[in-house]
Amino acid sequence: MSLIHKSAADLGALIASGEVSAVEVAQAHLDRIAAVEPQVNAFLHVDAETTLEQARVVDARRAAGEDLGPLAGVPIAHKDVFTTKDMPTTAGSKILEGWRPPYDATVTRRLREAGLVILGKTNLDEFAMGSSTENSAYGTTHNPWDLSRIPGGSSGGSSAAVAAYEAPLSTGTDTGGSIRQPAAVTGIVGMKPTYGGSSRYGVIAFASSLDTPGPFARNVMDAALLHEAFSGHDVMDSTSVDAPVPSVVEAARNADVAGLRIGVVKEFGGDGYQPGVLARFHETVELLESMGAKVFEVSCPSFDVALPAYYLIAPSECSSNLARFDAMRYGLRVGDDGTRSAEEVMALTRAQGFGPEVKRRIILGTYALSSGYYDAYYGQAQKVRTLIARDFEAAFQQVDVLISPTTPTTAFAIGERADDPLAMYLADLCTIPANLAGNAAISVPCGLADEDGLPVGLQIMAPVLGDDRCYRVGAAVEKALEARWGGSLLSKAPAL
Amino acid sequence: MSAITRDEVAHLARLSRLALADEELDHFAAQLDVIIGAVARVAEVAADDIPPSSHALPITNVYRPDEVRPSLTPEQALSGAPAVEDGRFRVPRILGEEA
Repeated sequence: MSLIHKSAADLGALIASGEVSAVEVAQAHLDRIAAVEPQVNAFLHVDAETTLEQARVVDARRAAGEDLGPLAGVPIAHKDVFTTKDMPTTAGSKILEGWRPPYDATVTRRLREAGLVILGKTNLDEFAMGSSTENSAYGTTHNPWDLSRIPGGSSGGSSAAVAAYEAPLSTGTDTGGSIRQPAAVTGIVGMKPTYGGSSRYGVIAFASSLDTPGPFARNVMDAALLHEAFSGHDVMDSTSVDAPVPSVVEAARNADVAGLRIGVVKEFGGDGYQPGVLARFHETVELLESMGAKVFEVSCPSFDVALPAYYLIAPSECSSNLARFDAMRYGLRVGDDGTRSAEEVMALTRAQGFGPEVKRRIILGTYALSSGYYDAYYGQAQKVRTLIARDFEAAFQQVDVLISPTTPTTAFAIGERADDPLAMYLADLCTIPANLAGNAAISVPCGLADEDGLPVGLQIMAPVLGDDRCYRVGAAVEKALEARWGGSLLSKAPAL
Repeated sequence: MSAITRDEVAHLARLSRLALADEELDHFAAQLDVIIGAVARVAEVAADDIPPSSHALPITNVYRPDEVRPSLTPEQALSGAPAVEDGRFRVPRILGEEA
């Protein structure tokens, strides 16, 4: 098996034992990136020399006898919203083209300290707003399963990079499903930790009460290892949870669902769901029962209005957060010819620097927050948010985890929903409730839809700080399905 | 009746400091009308007695010790600035001609 096809855990072990060097592993991935990027376009920035230098440092630390963690020397790709002081950070936007942050995000810093080697920065929907990566100012990313399809979004570069074996691990952020949906449609694992379980410091903000950094990997254990490596309390993020990181690696090793109570969310399924998605989901429910889990149907009535509530709350927060792009302190400045006022320069810069989806959401958020509309829109959406959290609380009295399809459909065609915002928003239908309530939720592959042969994701939702349950159930499903398939789902993807 | 008019969108764009072109305004007004119609569904939920949640977790008033810590140097802070003069951000005029 070539280095690029190995798991992160195996690569870490090979590097630790001295069988391969971190430099060799980095070079193998850089070669893969050079070979497939013309087709996939997952990366916005790759700098081989910076990557190899980091790998050399890990090899030197190892040679000096330093005790490094399980992922030391393993390459990683970061979504281009995590600030990196040695690489540009654009958030997929023209307004930040060429910007070099003067500091590292906490996630970036912790992973550097753990010895992970950064391959580059991955593509995304501008400011993480979208479900397809088509809203990037730097071109769309292609799904490795079918290059005419979207890789999901907003973290579509990160999902595609891992699915295309360009990186064994990557980071993403999940505000309404931006890790789980791309993971589902590219046949990999993606986890949204409990809100506040991973630090937002140095993550370019979209909707601060929802944004949650999390891991992508090709298997559940690798995701758990990455999750553990960057999580934990951070004094630099005032919404960071001051509690121990749930023992997710141990849970991924446990992989046992016997006696576990699993709730199927009644509201997610039926009209609007692709038959092949529902077929794989129902098979997985039967599989869980056969493995000794007790399955119940659970109703969460407020989930029906989660999507409209989200599309009021997230744009409201974004309209406020993106006010910082004022053309004064960093980023693009347009029209500063000595005749225009600061305010005119600001408005011209923002009009040229932001793409259509970002503008739509800023205007929508400004509307929802304006006097006269506040109570009907933002205020009412916040009440719905309370009801959704109550639905989760009631459900978790009855069951240990909730499950649903991750997305209503498999990867759609590039261009299909590009100028139909509402159709695009539907991709987040099943993932949004966990963001509004702050719960942990994971997507793991559960098969290919019959209609199009494309990956389907199973979503597993757990209570706040119950992240370990997502990994436990995810690992059990993965183990049983891979035994049935005779390998990973991704091994069935056409070669690039 | 439309949920939002083109004039309202133009007003919101001004408030948001977005100098939108006429065609953009036309396009967004039509799309936002549809989007607002859809998100207005939140009103269908009876929630009069329900307290609002601004946040997922019950965290309030998080403080850190008030101690001096390293921070960015002026050079680092200015490193991404569009224009710099005498170690400061140089900005366009902020007052009108008549001021």
